[in-house]
Amino acid sequence: MSFDSLIPCPAVAERFARLKERPVTLDVRALSKSFYSGGTIHHALDRISFCVHRREFTCVLGPSGCGKSTLIRTIAGLESPTSGEILLDGHAVQGPGPDRGMVFQGYTLFPWLTVKKNVMFGLRMSGQAASIAESEAREWIALVGLSKFENSYPHQLSGGMKQRVAIARALANRPRILLMDEPFGALDAQTRSQMQAYLLQIWKNLDVTILFITHDLDEAVYLSDRILVLGTNPSRVVEWIENPVPRPRDRAQIDSEAFKATRSRLENLIHPPQEEVIEQIPIPRMTTIGDDVE
Amino acid sequence: MQMPSAGVSAHLKNLLSPFAPLRPTTCGILLWCSFLIPILLWSAVSYLPFVWHPLVKITDASKVAYFKPDMLVEKKIFVSENEKLQKSGIPPAEGIPANPVFLPAPHEVVQSLYRSFTTPPRRNGEPWLHESLWHSIRIIFWGFFWSSLFGVPLGILCGTFPFFARLSEPVVDFIRYMPAPVFGALAVAIMGIYDGPKIAIIFIGTFFQQVLVVANTTRKLDPSLVEAAQTLGAGRLQILFNVVLPGIAVDLYNDMRILLGWAWTYLIVAEYVGASSGITYFINQQAKYRIYDNVFAAILIIGFIGFATDRILEALGRNLFPWQKISAGDVGQKLTIFVPKKVLA
Repeated sequence: MSFDSLIPCPAVAERFARLKERPVTLDVRALSKSFYSGGTIHHALDRISFCVHRREFTCVLGPSGCGKSTLIRTIAGLESPTSGEILLDGHAVQGPGPDRGMVFQGYTLFPWLTVKKNVMFGLRMSGQAASIAESEAREWIALVGLSKFENSYPHQLSGGMKQRVAIARALANRPRILLMDEPFGALDAQTRSQMQAYLLQIWKNLDVTILFITHDLDEAVYLSDRILVLGTNPSRVVEWIENPVPRPRDRAQIDSEAFKATRSRLENLIHPPQEEVIEQIPIPRMTTIGDDVE
Repeated sequence: MQMPSAGVSAHLKNLLSPFAPLRPTTCGILLWCSFLIPILLWSAVSYLPFVWHPLVKITDASKVAYFKPDMLVEKKIFVSENEKLQKSGIPPAEGIPANPVFLPAPHEVVQSLYRSFTTPPRRNGEPWLHESLWHSIRIIFWGFFWSSLFGVPLGILCGTFPFFARLSEPVVDFIRYMPAPVFGALAVAIMGIYDGPKIAIIFIGTFFQQVLVVANTTRKLDPSLVEAAQTLGAGRLQILFNVVLPGIAVDLYNDMRILLGWAWTYLIVAEYVGASSGITYFINQQAKYRIYDNVFAAILIIGFIGFATDRILEALGRNLFPWQKISAGDVGQKLTIFVPKKVLA
């Protein structure tokens, strides 16, 4: 395995130096979350600290059960931290709010509202007049390419389309940061890669910072500026990787040295589960046909 | 409809595959069958002399002192009396197999369905059938109206805010187990003998169930929808009115359909309370006069009203909630009475 391409070349180093000069959007300080279950304390998050700069695309990666979801839900304000602080543009946040938009894996569109009304929801909640909210919603729907479907109900849309509506709905509120909790996890491989390319397009054209949770290594490398790798038991920051793959991103880069090296480094950090267990399972021979398979 | 025979056998096989939706044609045929089968059984018992018929209707009394024409006697007695006559060399009494008076034949019930609306009441001041019916419907409506007016909001509050659930559900659960009829005497003492206590019984019978059913329905709302609304900046009241209410609307509507059915079961008790009235009173009067075909007619009318209301509400519901997915299984539930094409041709 070659780590050569991970020794920061001057261009990459310069890129991240510039990134770090930008103002800090999200500052997470010693965030801990623990809860009791069956008499023992379970640490879902253990003193996690990191900060995300303006317009940065950060991926949070970790094995299942490492508390990725708890982390993003705590930042969204859907769960309260046991200790620690979350600062957004320098102000401590408490409870959910429209400044932190969230896109869930399960779409969570309101089934009784049309696409347009779904996108209008946040604007209406903040007291916008219906006509203004409607024209703004139209723009966001156009941005995600669903103008033809603005009067459809969610159940009439495919998974990828639903998730595009959910992204438009979150962006319509003009959040400071967009929190995405494995948003493409339920999509098929082809739709997923379309959505990834598409998300990068949106991100490029808008002033929005993205915190993106995934367990897919390729997805993390393809999308991110930096990757926050979480470990499990206790759940803390294992590594904070600066992704050397140059932008703009392209599917072809998957075969590039930088991509492969970053990917294998992530693989080593995450330690996929051992496969010995599977080899121990006795499988009886149930065929009499000759050894046509290996 | 042309179909290859292989298709037919495959189709027959599919009729009983678990959880698989049926074709609309099949649903329509089954809708008719579900009414036809009981009617056929009833007709068999009524019109085939060798099925059941435990009595004999006397046509010729011969010399039996207490036999009279048109009298119903038990088959055993009829046979033993005839044996006695035979020994004395007298021709036997004659009769035809008959059912007890409480089981009228379908055609008799159909006749009295018509007659019960056209015959004036036996005594002056007694209500006509349609007046009794209208009275009952009014009682149900107001009982259900008042119950829903308080029960639905309280149920939604309990389902949404655990605070209200802890505060009110224990006592609601406690009262729920008291049978509504036990409040009858109390209701009369407080509200007099006319419609007040009757509406109160329907209210008590419905309200406490309603709170718990609605609270449970509310709790079944997908919590991630509430979370999504929160991250979009919705406040507490906004969530209640813009997420919870529309989110449970479909299930709530179906709950109400079921609860309305329960309200009908309390009608029987309600109409015994205070001054007897309504359809229950009509049924009891007719039973006292031993006009059982009227009893059946009235019971059937209740069934028709219930079935029709439910079907109308269901059809309404489909138009009220356009975002609902209509699955294949629902197609046969349509209000339109289905007539198979073959029958028309």
